[in-house]
Amino acid sequence: MTLVFVETDEGGQVQLTSAEAVTFARTNADVLAGLVGSPPEQPPGRSATSGQVAQRPQGSSDEGVTVEAAVIGQLTDAATEQLARLGVETIHHLEHPELEAYSAAAWAQALVDIAPETGTVMASGTPRGMELMAHVAVRTGQRMAANVIAADADGLLRQVLGGSAFERLALGGDLQVLTIAGHACSPEDTTATTPEVIEYELEIAVEDLRTAVVRTEVETTDAADASGLTQARAVVGAGRGVGSENGFGEVLELVNHLGGALGVSRVVTGLGWRPHSEQVGQTGSRISPDVYIACGISGAIQHMAGIEGAKTLIAINTDEESTMVQRADYAIIGDLHEVVGAVNEEIRTRHG
Amino acid sequence: MDILVCIKRVPDISGRITLDDSATDIDDRSLGHTMSAHEECAVELAIQTAADTSGSVTVLTLGPAEAVEQLRAAVAVGAKDGILIETDDLSAFGPEDIASIIGDIVRDRAEQGQTFDLVLLGNDAADTGDFQVGIRLAYDLDYPVLTGISTLHAVEGAGAGDAGAGGPGSGGPGVEARGIGPSGTEIFSLELPAVIAVQEGGVDPRYPSITGRMKAKKARITEYDAPEPGTGNPRIGLELPPETTSSVTILGEGPDAAPALVDILEEIGVIRS
Ligand SMILES: Cc1cc2nc3c(=O)[nH]c(=O)nc-3n(C[C@H](O)[C@H](O)[C@H](O)COP(=O)(O)OP(=O)(O)OC[C@H]3O[C@@H](n4cnc5c(N)ncnc54)[C@H](O)[C@@H]3O)c2cc1C
Ligand SMILES: Nc1ncnc2c1ncn2[C@@H]1O[C@H](COP(=O)(O)O)[C@@H](O)[C@H]1O
Repeated sequence: MTLVFVETDEGGQVQLTSAEAVTFARTNADVLAGLVGSPPEQPPGRSATSGQVAQRPQGSSDEGVTVEAAVIGQLTDAATEQLARLGVETIHHLEHPELEAYSAAAWAQALVDIAPETGTVMASGTPRGMELMAHVAVRTGQRMAANVIAADADGLLRQVLGGSAFERLALGGDLQVLTIAGHACSPEDTTATTPEVIEYELEIAVEDLRTAVVRTEVETTDAADASGLTQARAVVGAGRGVGSENGFGEVLELVNHLGGALGVSRVVTGLGWRPHSEQVGQTGSRISPDVYIACGISGAIQHMAGIEGAKTLIAINTDEESTMVQRADYAIIGDLHEVVGAVNEEIRTRHG
Repeated sequence: MDILVCIKRVPDISGRITLDDSATDIDDRSLGHTMSAHEECAVELAIQTAADTSGSVTVLTLGPAEAVEQLRAAVAVGAKDGILIETDDLSAFGPEDIASIIGDIVRDRAEQGQTFDLVLLGNDAADTGDFQVGIRLAYDLDYPVLTGISTLHAVEGAGAGDAGAGGPGSGGPGVEARGIGPSGTEIFSLELPAVIAVQEGGVDPRYPSITGRMKAKKARITEYDAPEPGTGNPRIGLELPPETTSSVTILGEGPDAAPALVDILEEIGVIRS
């Protein structure tokens, strides 16, 4: 079986990235099952790794591999229905007073308790997903692959170098532990199932609560900013080309016209013009809006890593040769202040 | 508080990369090198925390002889000394190996009387991005671990117990650490020793001063030979995305092109009106 750790948002809906991970698990179920237990192939000249058991999975592909979900905390009807549509057959639900405050070790142990002995455990490549899978991997004595984007008979393919290259690897081991890179696939509904919901009673070791969250400060806007950014349908990006801390007037007006979010490059956060929570890229948020309008951003690979999921890419840049313009669907060559100012003006005229 | 920061020498990439002949590693001969962004922040946090507690910072790297440059860069901004575990083939090591080698050094140092209260790492390395060395190291050392931490400071009376979480919380020296969680800033309190994986965004790494640079030249770097990799690297090879040919439609130059852009935004249906 493939167990997917599913994250829900404040409103109890399944997170987009978790829906992607469930879809990945379902559409790759047979391939993933086939990879379990296969020893990693070593490139020539490398010593073979020790301790790999070449055992085939029990639930081999022709028996059909089930996709099951683990939800920690509240499980709403809406989430259950969403998971049903995504093809989840069993939902393992864990609710426990000690699990309310996030503690990676305790949550991971809960996942280890319900994970199969043979099969796959996975999560989306969010901070929680990454952290939990790493704990699960250590606790079950397995390797872990982060940011997987594809699986085939030869192994897994995962993003490295912020997405500018892919690593092919074979995990081996009876339990494959991995995370799915954000926006590596789109959520796809299937014939709805009626998932069985299994409620868990847990024993939580005091040891595992050594690092529980003691307090959450919700009043800070950082998390809200970041979630607005990852969920917005339209994101206006701003880079060094904005020129100064006071140069964001036009782009912010455009954000407002689009009911969208502002995303910035690392140069902008590095210079202290905008907070880090607005940063898009390898070390910022990964976004998947319907449209991303990159203003004065050159298109360094670490920035592109965050916008792979954008459906339409528009560049506004003085440099026609810049990577951003070359990678865009549409571009306007020119000074962003003038161009964005004119775009705002046009929107005001047309839409009052 | 004595703090160990683990830093990794990584290629400084801005454009397209190429692979070496075996296609198992990137060809970094023409590239500059740096440490990962998260680790620069880890070094900065370590320096601040050590200064607040009259402690010191040691930096460690497992990598080629040239990785001494990254160790010296950290000394130039305030670390006291460095540890180089030398290998000429870092890609033969998997995250399990790296964590256990670092664990051995920490134990070895403790036997020699130098205990690290805190071990800092980056959340994920800029090149391999395995997102796990810190967590594996923590289990190896049997220390508690946090990831995604952007700020931290030393406190007395740490531990999760006082928050009613049922944790130990004996109230010894510890750290309060903050990171951005899904619903706001999450605050953790934990006892030392501990492992913390740092995420960029909470502090601005400082630039080296002239005296810092001078010091770095003379800094004590202790060298070890890396042991043979144990578990090894599960990598079969690297692949590059296909080179894309541009299919951009240039809408025009300057403000005159604005109406064409608004047409597209209307078509996508994102103008809130
Ligand atoms: C480990 C690591 C992680 C990183 N993570 C990230 C990350 O998460 N996100 C990120 O963004 N970067 C990241 N970077 C940094 C990245 O490599 C680039 O340095 C950065 O993205 C460049 O930002 P920029 O495009 O704003 O600036 P520049 O590269 O300086 O580009 C400015 C652009 O603005 C254009 N321009 C200038 N003036 C105007 C004007 N008046 N009107 C219109 N256009 C104008 C220029 O033609 C140019 O294309 C990372 C780097 C490393 C090493
Ligand atoms: N070879 C290395 N030498 C020193 N520290 C390392 C090395 N590899 C990884 N690390 C540390 O572990 C962190 C996480 O790496 P990773 O799990 O590979 O993404 C990095 O940010 C570094 O702080």
